[in-house]
Amino acid sequence: MNQHIKASADLAAGSHPPASEDVVRLTELKRHFGKTAALDGVSLTVRKGEILGIIGRSGAGKSTLIRCLNGLERPDSGAVFIEGREISRLSEGELQPLRRRIGMIFQHFNLLSAKTVEDNVALPLKIEGRPKAERLARAAELLELVGLSEKAKAYPASLSGGQKQRVGIARALAARPALLLSDEATSALDPETTRSILALLRDINRQLGLTILLITHEMEVIRSIADRVAVIDAGRIVEEGPVWSVFANPRSEITRSLLGGIRPQLPAEIASRLVPGAGAEAILRIDVSGEAARAPLLSDLADAVPGPFRLVHGGIDHVQQQPVGTLFLAVAGNDENHLSQVIAFLKARQARVEVLGHVAGSV
Amino acid sequence: MSPVLFELLIRSIWETVLMTGASGLISLVFGLPLGLALVATDRGGIAESLWVKRALGAIINGFRSVPFIILLVALIPVTRLIVGTSIGTWAAIVPLSIAATPYYARIAEVSLREVDHGLIEAARAMGGNRWTIIREVLVPEALPGIVAGFTVTLVTLIGASAMAGAIGAGGLGDLAIRYGYQRFETSVMVAVVIVLIILVCGIQWAGDRLVARLDHRA
Repeated sequence: MNQHIKASADLAAGSHPPASEDVVRLTELKRHFGKTAALDGVSLTVRKGEILGIIGRSGAGKSTLIRCLNGLERPDSGAVFIEGREISRLSEGELQPLRRRIGMIFQHFNLLSAKTVEDNVALPLKIEGRPKAERLARAAELLELVGLSEKAKAYPASLSGGQKQRVGIARALAARPALLLSDEATSALDPETTRSILALLRDINRQLGLTILLITHEMEVIRSIADRVAVIDAGRIVEEGPVWSVFANPRSEITRSLLGGIRPQLPAEIASRLVPGAGAEAILRIDVSGEAARAPLLSDLADAVPGPFRLVHGGIDHVQQQPVGTLFLAVAGNDENHLSQVIAFLKARQARVEVLGHVAGSV
Repeated sequence: MSPVLFELLIRSIWETVLMTGASGLISLVFGLPLGLALVATDRGGIAESLWVKRALGAIINGFRSVPFIILLVALIPVTRLIVGTSIGTWAAIVPLSIAATPYYARIAEVSLREVDHGLIEAARAMGGNRWTIIREVLVPEALPGIVAGFTVTLVTLIGASAMAGAIGAGGLGDLAIRYGYQRFETSVMVAVVIVLIILVCGIQWAGDRLVARLDHRA
């Protein structure tokens, strides 16, 4: 009968791969705090072996969402399946062994100051009731993995932020979890340390095949390591897909705004001079990805449509080995016919083109 | 100082040390769990139960608001029940413990409350139960404060034990009042004060040393 319920739940959830491949499946998760909805009907799947990034502004519901996955937070309604098992109605006692299948790392590391690094790493195993020799052997192995073997006997207070997070990662892996939850794990770190921590997570994902779900408010984090991204806003998933495709073609306003920091934007001094209607030059925004971004788009444009145009800003990025580009062109704008030829040519080459406005003089 | 008085001084030191030590130990054994209970049952605690928290808080506040000298006398029936007598050093340990336990519970509560909630969450996320959280997180993390608070409690107990002379418990305070004050034996008074200073400084020094060894927070 269980089987039956599971099968029909799968059917209801739509076109998902078989449940066994989904480490996490959330259906219509809702959680209210007073009158505000932290989660307002979130359905999401984390597939085995992938890195799923959930991004949103603060207060969007990210933290509540990630805490629902290990039962630190209970949803008001909806279901949380971890490796096919519904956990949102389990008692605290039933959740405890299950949480050992889920590692978690935190923004502020949450290392125990009274324990040495190795004792911190070994704590999940102590909780599991493993013998001391096994705990210490495993801790040594994990400290080796995160490159902190020489700090085994040190106390966390003597470590740098990046080292603390490495210890946090080692601790999260100690009980060989099926899933790693990362709660803004790099938000308290400087950019260089962030890169090294993300590289470590990426390595762990590849080497151990560990499924990772991370929440962040930084697109840079998503871009560096996530396979798929889900954008959360006001307790709802507003956009979801492979990272490169969301970067290339963001559909919601919130995604565009979150991408603002790392994707080329029209320089403010040009933006401030934009006027609608006619002007000496039209400013075009061109988004290209995949094949269109690999082609010699600009030289082809010059050949096909004679007339001056200038590149004012932009560039091609590589996201998950996929080129994703945004270019801002200034095209002679007094001749409507010329402008529409340019646009028609670009559209024929699979580029998305938007006329942002005109500028009076030269920019 | 005559040999008789000197012997009296030595005996009084021993009585004070015994009263302070025994009631200190008892207040630790009962006060720490009480402090844990106050923190655990509070809002957002690991065993939230506001009703229990309020009841415990009220009892503790009740005991703490009674002046010790009153408690000393009021508890005589209880003392007789436990120790079999209502006078002497051992008899004083009962009211001293009963006064010090809620005092220490409040001090322990403050240290335990300061443990970062994120650490408790981390232990829960690892699959730890309440007992694990107490044993691996709350107590070890709050230990420097728990020890520092115990030092404060011991010093307070030395002062409180002076009043225990009222029920014939002896001790340094009693000696100072009976000989130093009432019989104008200035040498006894000076000796008692010096011994008390040494005792208090010694306890504080040892406590501070222990805290420094236990504290790995910075």
